[in-house]
Amino acid sequence: MSGHSTYQPQSGFMKWMESRLPIAGLVHSSFIAYPTPRNLNYWWTFGGILSFMLGVQIITGIVLAMHYTPHATLAFNSVESIMRDVNYGWLLRYLHSNGASMFFIAVYIHMFRGMYYGSYKAPREVLWILGVILYLLMMATGFLGYTLPWGQMSFWGATVITNFFSAFPGIGEALVTFLWGGYSVGNPTLNRFFSLHYLLPFVIAGVVVLHVWALHVVGQNNPTGIEPKGDRDTVPFTPYATLKDGFFISLFCIMFAWFVFYTPNFLGHADNYIPANPAVTPQHIVPEWYYLPFYAILRAIPNKLLGVLALFGSIIILAFLPWLDTSRVRSARYRPLYKQFFWLFFAVCIGLGWLGSKPAEGGYVLAARVLTFYYFAHFIIVLPLLGIFEKTKPLPNSISESVLKEGVPLGAPAPAPTAKV
Amino acid sequence: MIVSRTLLALVATAFLAAPAAAQEHGAPQPPAQKWSFAGPFGKFDQAQLQRGFKVYKEVCASCHSLSLISFRNLAEPGGPGYSAAQAAAVAAEYKVQDGPNDAGEMFERAGRPADMFPHPFPNDNAARAANGGALPPDMSVLAKARTYERGFPWFVFDIFTQYQEQGPDYIHAILMGYEEAPKGFTLPPGAHYNKYFPGHAIGMPPPISDGQVTYDDGSPQTIDQYGKDVSAFLMWTAEPHMMARKRLGLQVMIFLLVLTGLLYFTKKKVWKQVEHA
Repeated sequence: MSGHSTYQPQSGFMKWMESRLPIAGLVHSSFIAYPTPRNLNYWWTFGGILSFMLGVQIITGIVLAMHYTPHATLAFNSVESIMRDVNYGWLLRYLHSNGASMFFIAVYIHMFRGMYYGSYKAPREVLWILGVILYLLMMATGFLGYTLPWGQMSFWGATVITNFFSAFPGIGEALVTFLWGGYSVGNPTLNRFFSLHYLLPFVIAGVVVLHVWALHVVGQNNPTGIEPKGDRDTVPFTPYATLKDGFFISLFCIMFAWFVFYTPNFLGHADNYIPANPAVTPQHIVPEWYYLPFYAILRAIPNKLLGVLALFGSIIILAFLPWLDTSRVRSARYRPLYKQFFWLFFAVCIGLGWLGSKPAEGGYVLAARVLTFYYFAHFIIVLPLLGIFEKTKPLPNSISESVLKEGVPLGAPAPAPTAKV
Repeated sequence: MIVSRTLLALVATAFLAAPAAAQEHGAPQPPAQKWSFAGPFGKFDQAQLQRGFKVYKEVCASCHSLSLISFRNLAEPGGPGYSAAQAAAVAAEYKVQDGPNDAGEMFERAGRPADMFPHPFPNDNAARAANGGALPPDMSVLAKARTYERGFPWFVFDIFTQYQEQGPDYIHAILMGYEEAPKGFTLPPGAHYNKYFPGHAIGMPPPISDGQVTYDDGSPQTIDQYGKDVSAFLMWTAEPHMMARKRLGLQVMIFLLVLTGLLYFTKKKVWKQVEHA
């Protein structure tokens, strides 16, 4: 899609540079001339939002690490000292802790968008799988980061999550001892979690490069789900996509700032302002909101090992989505039945999230079992069968034809890229 | 169509059944109080923080530590508004252990603004021993460490109303919540019945009574007022930069709204030449 570079260096230095390291040409072909489908809607801006949030998290995180002490007896107070005595420390910490939630809001929208418009289908399978890997890395990073303030939820959340691995027969106990660096969650655990929490964002950044690379090889999907057939169907990335992304990033920042400045603790747990105490278990150990659906799946299964397998399976199954969905039509726009099942699946995920926040007792468990069953059935039963039985609507011949259908005559073809570097 | 409707009905049934089956356990919701620091333009009331500090010093401090707060904080902007000299005078009222000196001995001296509030007990075990086995929690971040279940849909509305005062509401409610245990409720020995405490059996005896702390500014000397004042004070100790946060928040919001507006119209103008769905 990105094709050969049309970049023409103007100045002598840039000409000199381009013949040695064509980095300006790479940037030009990837972020300026790169053709994007002209019919992308705002759901396509979340990739840009995610890149922006990764940057925010890395920058605030690096500065926070300058003031944080990863030690079991000092961590809690070092976070409080950031909040009290570091200049704008409260801002850095609230940006970082709420930023994690914003990151997950964005990634969930990004993933559901991919599901709705069938963005995982050939030739975008590798792009999608890289996305699933990114999501797994984000979950690991978020979990590791949540333990660092060493409050009650940090400690007990870390205890519960690491205990998952004890479910594996034979090696379970040894594996957990290895993860903890001891016989319970303690200072060695905190130290390694801090080290890994600092490492993983850079791994994420590396996989993001692969994700964007894969995207630029196969090109973006679009709301019609049909491939662009030429210049009439696309517009250059700059200024069109950059401005659209910029506008929505700015809008997203308003929500972000609302949480940071006005309700900074809304998405956290009050218990995490109590220093970690191995002798006192909180009444309800609840993970951060973005793990709740998976927590509900885990607790829905009465057997510990099967519960853990279901938890991991519920994420791993996403990687097989390109092959589980047998329909040849990508976009839900032309798949009337799939559209309904998509929204049902969406409701099931929200429902699982709500159940994850509730105690595992009585009717909650029953409801969690029903929804867990449906979660897996969506992938294993509904999607394969829909592709066979669903009667899809006729597809437009091209993107520009579908745009034309909106009733407005097609204007001049999109202007050619005019960037000068 | 029919399939998905049936499934939807199944999901809905599961949802409706869940709360009915789950056992409701817990205390009534603490009544929401009016706080000067609530909302996007909220500010701490300096006189209230000073009264709350007085309540802390004369009542709470005999059992509860305030280990993250130093005396200098009392004179910092966004707080109770004492002068540096007043904060130093408060510090000087306390004896602080320091050392070792050149002879290798620990010694006591008068507090200085940089010192933290001293602990009322030498260690946690001493605190438990003096309080019938219950450890009085440190109060520095107590107003953020205590909350109560808001429940659906209130927790969604809280994002928009910016209701963030569960902690102070809860602390005030605890102080107001002491009453006779209802018939049939067996209190463990040494515990006290409190309407708002989860499980109702609280280790802390009613800590304060009407008229116990003298106010110089004519504010009512009631448990209700003491509770409000000390809760506001504890909100400040938990979030000493709250006023700076809300002030900066307003500036950031105005900036972002203008930027978003400009980006929107720029985007609209650029895309005007291109038909898109």
